Amino acid sequence: MSELEGIYAVWLREAKIYIREKERLISAVISPLLWIFGFGGGLGSSVQSMSGYPYQTFIYPGIMVMTVLFTSLFYGVYIIWDRKLDFLKEVLVAPVSRASVFAGKMLGGATDAMVQVVYLIIIGFFISIPFTPLVIIEAFLMLLLISIAMVSIGLVIGANLKSPEGFSLIINFVMWPMFFFSGALFPVSNLGPWLSAITFINPLTYGVDAMRGIILNINHFPIMLDVAALALFAAMMIGLGVASFKRM
Amino acid sequence: MTIKTEALTKKFGKITAVNELNLEVEEGEIFGLLGPNGAGKTTLISMLCTILKPTSGRAWVNGFDIVKEPGKVRKSIGIVFQQASVDDLLTGRENLALHNLLFEVPKAIRKQRINEVLAIVNLEKRADDFVNTYSGGMRRRLELARGIMHHPKILFLDEPTLGLDPQTREHIWDYIKELAQKECMTVLLTTHYMEEAEQLCDRVAIIDYGKIAALDSPDALKSRVAGDVVTIKQRIPDIESIKKLDYVMKAEDKDGLLYISIKDAGKHLQDLLSNSGPIDFVEVRRGTLNDVFLHYTGREIREAEAEGGFWERMMKR
Ligand SMILES: Nc1ncnc2c1ncn2[C@@H]1O[C@H](COP(=O)(O)OP(=O)(O)O)[C@@H](O)[C@H]1O
Ligand SMILES: [Mg+2]
Repeated sequence: MSELEGIYAVWLREAKIYIREKERLISAVISPLLWIFGFGGGLGSSVQSMSGYPYQTFIYPGIMVMTVLFTSLFYGVYIIWDRKLDFLKEVLVAPVSRASVFAGKMLGGATDAMVQVVYLIIIGFFISIPFTPLVIIEAFLMLLLISIAMVSIGLVIGANLKSPEGFSLIINFVMWPMFFFSGALFPVSNLGPWLSAITFINPLTYGVDAMRGIILNINHFPIMLDVAALALFAAMMIGLGVASFKRM
Repeated sequence: MTIKTEALTKKFGKITAVNELNLEVEEGEIFGLLGPNGAGKTTLISMLCTILKPTSGRAWVNGFDIVKEPGKVRKSIGIVFQQASVDDLLTGRENLALHNLLFEVPKAIRKQRINEVLAIVNLEKRADDFVNTYSGGMRRRLELARGIMHHPKILFLDEPTLGLDPQTREHIWDYIKELAQKECMTVLLTTHYMEEAEQLCDRVAIIDYGKIAALDSPDALKSRVAGDVVTIKQRIPDIESIKKLDYVMKAEDKDGLLYISIKDAGKHLQDLLSNSGPIDFVEVRRGTLNDVFLHYTGREIREAEAEGGFWERMMKR
């Protein structure tokens, strides 16, 4: 009971701050717009249709995953600021377990990402993505799972570092390879042996595959494999995250 | 014993911040740790409130071992950190509400507790403003309110009035005293302000280089080593015959002035002066904790502005 209230308290603080920081809200709307219309629209005008869909539609699930990836991973930097500015001490000295503190922060980060997902779904209607209510629910849940996994990576890195600059450096090394070798921008079916090996160990590949399956019905792996791979990865990251928070 | 440490030690690499420190704080007292910056006060408090693990030694807070039972320790304490830790982008009331959730205040009395503590620190009118519109003193008062809201048995205050103007400082002293009485709390506070230790504390430990140099009530400390200080200028310097007087504790010649610590100036001043020969100058003042500090550590406490004020923290997330 009190642990639940602790999780709620940590999450509530994150949610309130997210709503109050206008810059964060605005960039949350703008960056996916840029990707869909700038990248998808721009490149789409010169690229042939892929797997029977216009390029903009083909990469839409990938852009969803990417948006969730970026927001979720970078969320970890706030833990560093919190520690630097001592906001976190109040929480660390409270009679609430570190697992709950981690859970609250993780849900806070996932909330940030899922707010963006809602924008993206709205945009999706405008560019005629084939949505049904079931597709929307499935996509939402899948992205939530991806977000939980990625927020956890960010929090693990954030909890183990002292400087925001160091965080950005490391997160870029994690983020871009994950993104490029996930199949978000191109299908993973016809890559060379090297690239496909990297793709297969990249947890995000399974997220992108699942999303493409849910929204466009193009699957490379069985959807249950996608879900299982991501859930396993998320569980590992949560474990690491709780351990890192305990050492804080 | 509300707080007890046994050879408590914390090392940061080569620096020994707290050095085999032994301390016992009684229930219901306001206990002060007085020492200059870097003496190890914050490190000691951080260990006692379980956010820092000791390198060696043991400590108990409210009877619970700080390493083995951190959860129980946390349920017993309230803390006001040296660095402000209230959230800028929340209102005062929201900060308190979060604290209620985190510190397990029963649901039925949460609202009432918030109003209670807001009244105590006089922040009712500004409670619904964002904290980033508060002055330094108001933030400090909000932190104080937050620290006591869950009625902790033991309250830690790390430099509660650091960087505040004298008026606000005295207000806060009054709050702390009143609270300690009303709530029967034990208070452990750190400070490098002499007046704070003198005015507020039942007992004071002088801490330097992570060790306790002396420990007693402020009055006892002063009369033990400082007494009263008589400064005279003798025409014919003769420090030796003054040192022989039995009520003289210490006599020191500095730049032609003789600084004499004596037990009771009211009683012995006449005799002292009649033993000093012709003099050009005399001044009598009561000994201060500064004299005590000087005596035990050979250094003065620098009153110079301490590490990290609120204003360094202007960058928020
Ligand atoms: N996290 C830390 N890492 C390294 N050294 C530290 C750390 N915290 C404190 N110190 C050092 O320990 C000593 C005691 O510091 P502190 O407890 O903050 O003193 P005080 O609160 O009395 O001013 C200082 O020399 C300080 O530089
Ligand atoms: Mg300090």
